[in-house]
Amino acid sequence: MDAIVANPSSATAAAHVMPGSGFKVSARDCNVYYGEKHALKSVSVDIPDRSVMAFIGPSGCGKSTFLRCINRMNDTIPICRVTGKITIDGQDVYDQSLDVVQLRARVGMVFQKPNPFPKSIYDNVAYGPRIHGFAQSRAELDQIVMTSLEKAGLLKEVKDRLTDSGTSLSGGQQQRLCIARAIAVSPEVILMDEPCSALDPIATARIEELIDELRSNYSIIIVTHSMQQAARVSQRTAFFHLGTLVEEGETGHIFTNPNDKRTQDYITGRIG
Amino acid sequence: MTDISMSQPSGSYTVNRKFDITSAEAQGRIRSRYRAEARFKSYGLLALGITSVFVVILLADVFVRGLPAFWQHRLVLDVPVAADAFGAPGSVDAAAIRGGDYYPVTKAALAKAIPGIESRSAERQLNRLLSTGAPDILRETLVADPSLIGKTVKVPLLLSDDADLYFKGAGSKIVSRVPRGIATPSGVTGEVTVLTASNDFADELATIKRALSVRAGGVEREAGRLQRSPDKANQARAVELLEVAKALRARAEQPRGEEPLDADIPSVLVEINGGLVKATKLSDSAITGEVLLPLKSADEAKPANWKIVTYVTPEANRKVNDQEAAFLERLRSLGVVESGFNWRFFTSGDSREPELAGIRGALVGTALTLLVTLALCLPLGVGAAVYLEEFAPKNRLTDLVEVNINNLAAVPSIVFGLLGLAVFLNFFGLPRSAPLVGGLVLALLVLPTIIIASRAALRSVPPSIKEAALGVGASHQQAIFHHVLPLAMPGIMTGTIIGMAHALGETAPLLMIGMIAFIVDVPQSFVESATVMPVQIYLWSDLPEQAFQAKTAAAIIVLLGFLFVMNGLAIWLRKRFERRW
Amino acid sequence: MSGLYFGTLAVLMLAAFFAVRSRAQALANVAAAPGMRDVRYSLHSLPIYHGLLAATLVLLPMLIVFAVGSPIVIKMAETQALARLPAEVVSDELSRGAALRDLYNILTGKFQGEASAQLKGAAEALRSATSYGNWIVFAIGVALAAAALFFSIGHVSSDFRARNSFERIVKMVLFACATVAVLTTIGIVFSVLYETLRFFFDPALKGRPTVTDFLFGTEWNPQAALRADQGDIKTAFGFIPLLTGTLLITLIAICVAGPLGLLSAIYLAEYATPSFRAWAKPVLEILAGIPTVVLGFFAALTVAPLIRGWGESFGLDIASESALAAGLVMGMMIIPFISSLSDDVINAVPQSMRDGAYALGATKSETIKQVILPAALPGIVSAFMLAISRAIGETMIVVMAAGLAANLTFNPLDAVTTITVQIKTILVGDQEFDSAKTLAAFALGFVLFFFTLILNVIALIIVRRYREQYD
Repeated sequence: MDAIVANPSSATAAAHVMPGSGFKVSARDCNVYYGEKHALKSVSVDIPDRSVMAFIGPSGCGKSTFLRCINRMNDTIPICRVTGKITIDGQDVYDQSLDVVQLRARVGMVFQKPNPFPKSIYDNVAYGPRIHGFAQSRAELDQIVMTSLEKAGLLKEVKDRLTDSGTSLSGGQQQRLCIARAIAVSPEVILMDEPCSALDPIATARIEELIDELRSNYSIIIVTHSMQQAARVSQRTAFFHLGTLVEEGETGHIFTNPNDKRTQDYITGRIG
Repeated sequence: MTDISMSQPSGSYTVNRKFDITSAEAQGRIRSRYRAEARFKSYGLLALGITSVFVVILLADVFVRGLPAFWQHRLVLDVPVAADAFGAPGSVDAAAIRGGDYYPVTKAALAKAIPGIESRSAERQLNRLLSTGAPDILRETLVADPSLIGKTVKVPLLLSDDADLYFKGAGSKIVSRVPRGIATPSGVTGEVTVLTASNDFADELATIKRALSVRAGGVEREAGRLQRSPDKANQARAVELLEVAKALRARAEQPRGEEPLDADIPSVLVEINGGLVKATKLSDSAITGEVLLPLKSADEAKPANWKIVTYVTPEANRKVNDQEAAFLERLRSLGVVESGFNWRFFTSGDSREPELAGIRGALVGTALTLLVTLALCLPLGVGAAVYLEEFAPKNRLTDLVEVNINNLAAVPSIVFGLLGLAVFLNFFGLPRSAPLVGGLVLALLVLPTIIIASRAALRSVPPSIKEAALGVGASHQQAIFHHVLPLAMPGIMTGTIIGMAHALGETAPLLMIGMIAFIVDVPQSFVESATVMPVQIYLWSDLPEQAFQAKTAAAIIVLLGFLFVMNGLAIWLRKRFERRW
Repeated sequence: MSGLYFGTLAVLMLAAFFAVRSRAQALANVAAAPGMRDVRYSLHSLPIYHGLLAATLVLLPMLIVFAVGSPIVIKMAETQALARLPAEVVSDELSRGAALRDLYNILTGKFQGEASAQLKGAAEALRSATSYGNWIVFAIGVALAAAALFFSIGHVSSDFRARNSFERIVKMVLFACATVAVLTTIGIVFSVLYETLRFFFDPALKGRPTVTDFLFGTEWNPQAALRADQGDIKTAFGFIPLLTGTLLITLIAICVAGPLGLLSAIYLAEYATPSFRAWAKPVLEILAGIPTVVLGFFAALTVAPLIRGWGESFGLDIASESALAAGLVMGMMIIPFISSLSDDVINAVPQSMRDGAYALGATKSETIKQVILPAALPGIVSAFMLAISRAIGETMIVVMAAGLAANLTFNPLDAVTTITVQIKTILVGDQEFDSAKTLAAFALGFVLFFFTLILNVIALIIVRRYREQYD
């Protein structure tokens, strides 16, 4: 218990990361079909541990689709079919023997619109640890909840009203609550699907700060519409266009000196 | 639309003529269009008005008919309980008191209240004014305190349905008049003649003649109707009727003389010397008739001491005859008639006697039946909705199931009754008339409603909630049972209550499975014979006794009360827990 | 016996739940001990799932054993008991049933009079065989449950996927719930179809009509079917008078409810202010919520005498159970039905269509008549069809306010009878499943079911097409 609360990733990561690989998530030849529609075409990418990776690209380019493949959220769509291979620490995500529930505990997700459960703030954060059986006692659960809220930078604001409904918070607070909820199950990877698109600039800045803080402990993948945001928060950036991964590399490199014409066009505002 | 507006200018033959909106012709057209508009709008309002008026009339009709049934008239009498009424004094136990014969006891009480009745038939009529359930309270009192045996007990005795209705106004209009002259009766009991010196009965005689001529007119009209009929037998009957009418007219037009009275014209009575005489023959200055209530003496009475009383409604058109009316009026004037809330209506089961019949059996039967229905259709309905909404593969089979559910919701309810009869009773051999089977049938009947409502409620929960749960690693079922279902619960409950209200009002399928039997006992279990409220209403509405009409309406009021409470609860739930996402 | 069985079942389920859960909890505690925490998923499923799965594994075999075993026990015990009775008693169905009733009455002490020694012997055999069989069922059930219990306890391990297994069972249960609605339909179809086929084709049935007689016969008189020699009253199963009666009442109802319901819907959807709607809608909802038995009471006791009275004052001779009274009240019943369905379809017409008409200077009523109603027509037609199907299937109003005699007439002032009234009349009271009269009710039910089914299916298809058009 101590291990997980004090430093959730050090022990975990040590156990899971294959020595020498250096990458947390790897995708090879990943294709997604929605019925007849080929939504994602042969995407291969490696995502390093403890850094922020940004997915950018115009609407409908497949970046969210790919993100949802990593924790198999696409399973909930009946007509969706995924081929290829995605691994986390070398373990195939789409392996039949893998329990998708365990996978999602290892890969947290934050959604576009803040979606706290219409329950108390405490219950929002405690839900994940509860269903995974992380806490053997109420005190332990309290500790997990507090630590998670603390890490999400929300503790100070909600300390005195943990029993209030999660939906009573402001938009930015709700989104940080969702981040706290994701952190509470000690994931290794956090997926963020345009986490700031529904927020005002101040709340956005707060979330971006948070992402930067979280980077030291988690591997974060963020889908964003805002190139500035990608530039601000990420170390690496991947550009998607029409279902293909066009280019991937150091953020600085992508934004200043892209290899591909399409990336160049997008960054300069010609595709959008 | 385009055609109509555009054809105005271009359709006219005058080329280049501009459509002038200010011309008188155009103005007139606009006015007529607005009139059409107002007319159309008023049709809609009228339709709503007619519907509302119908609802109001329906409810008012039921309430006017039913409310009197919640009250009941009783006689509060001093009942002398003979010491040996239930066996030799000293050897009387509770069972003997319970099983005892109370007819002599109540008879004695009535005889004490109205003494001097000699004729056997009058005595029988007096005793028939009491309900067969009249001694119930007396019996309970005596069982509770046997020491009262041998003493006089003051208890309320329930009146029969006809007597009760009489006090509720179903009797006759009574006109009484103080005469001018002195009257002399010829005796105190039996057949007597009352003579007056000053033609005191002239007014009554005139009234009777008028009534005779009115009756003659009615008979003539009926004869005329029959004459127009093509049927030979009817025409023959018309001829007979014309004869009758002629005789009646002759009686009406004969100016003076003694007139015999019968049950088809108003009754004339004379109240004299503490007694009551009913006229069978009437002339200006004398009546001859029978004594309904014995006179104290045959002395002559001054104008202030005797009265002429007319029961305006002919005896033949009343449930209560003159003798009974006389008794009831006497009891009323003694001040022993009491009206009280009819608790028995809620505490006893069905009965052949309207004044004893209650809805307790039907209420308990309804509760048991609906309990079975709820216990079955709520889990089944919610389970089916969750499966179809969340787990069912999207294919033709699921589509078929959906169409099937929608269709099932529109299948006539009586067909579900046939299903219950053929499958539950005939095939599985479950007991007839039992709440278990009724509940089963109703559960199948309302299942589609609940499935449809539950699916709508599940669908209204935004998918983001489910995604959030899945995102932290909840399994699909955990996401649904921990988050989606609780949030859909108010909607599901609303749908369930509406479905149960539907089941509560359903009659036809229950008739098919035999829940129509006449059942006096309140059912104790799910497999005993029982009836339910709507069926009880149907059963009562079919009975000939007038008092049951009021009972039926009263039962309807109770049923509607339950329905309004249930629907109100559903609306409250919807308002209280309605969530805008 | 079943009390003991289910009591044991409950005890075993609780035992399984708590034993297995605590065992899983112990494993979880070990896994969560400091220093070992890195094997985070050492326990795949929460302890409660291990417990629930174990309880379910105990429940299912015991339920199945009971459901299968009990009827077998009863059947075998009855066979054994009947074997002790003389052959002539058990030769035919009826006397067998009577004998069995006697035996059970002896066992429960309700037997009237003195039972013969033979009967007593058979009853004793029945009792002992039943109790013997029940103990066997009990033993099998408990043995299976115990096996499941030990299996579950043995299977608790950190990577046993108890949650997945339990959820698979839950999903199957949910699936079973969803099939109930389908089974109901199948049950309806087969129960009415089977009896209907017997009605027409069972050679053992006396007085059965041919299909043509039924469909085109103009006389309906099922009451005489029980006795062959009824004199001048002939048994007849001609369906035509019932059909015309039903259609006549339905027609009157639609004539009342059609205009009133549709105009109300138009007013509510297009003209009414929100506050007016808030007042008018509940009125319609109250009407919709009034049980039909109440409407029947009103029709029979208030409307019918009223109409009769009016007729008399105009010199018309109106039957006291006239089709008019029943039809009027039934019309009132379906007003809320038509108005709420029409209200929905009118509201579904896109605002852009209205805007188009208004922009050309059309008044509101012109827009409604020339744009909205034509656009909403399919939906309104289907609303009417559903209303007709409801009117045809309505029972209580016609049972209480319409007649019993099958008159072949279209005069609304005469008494007519309907399909539902005849079903109710035939089936209420004593029935034997072997008389043509009883089966005739099922044939009528069959006709009713398919009549309404066709109307509903067509209406639902139209509605679905209509929705797709504007969604």
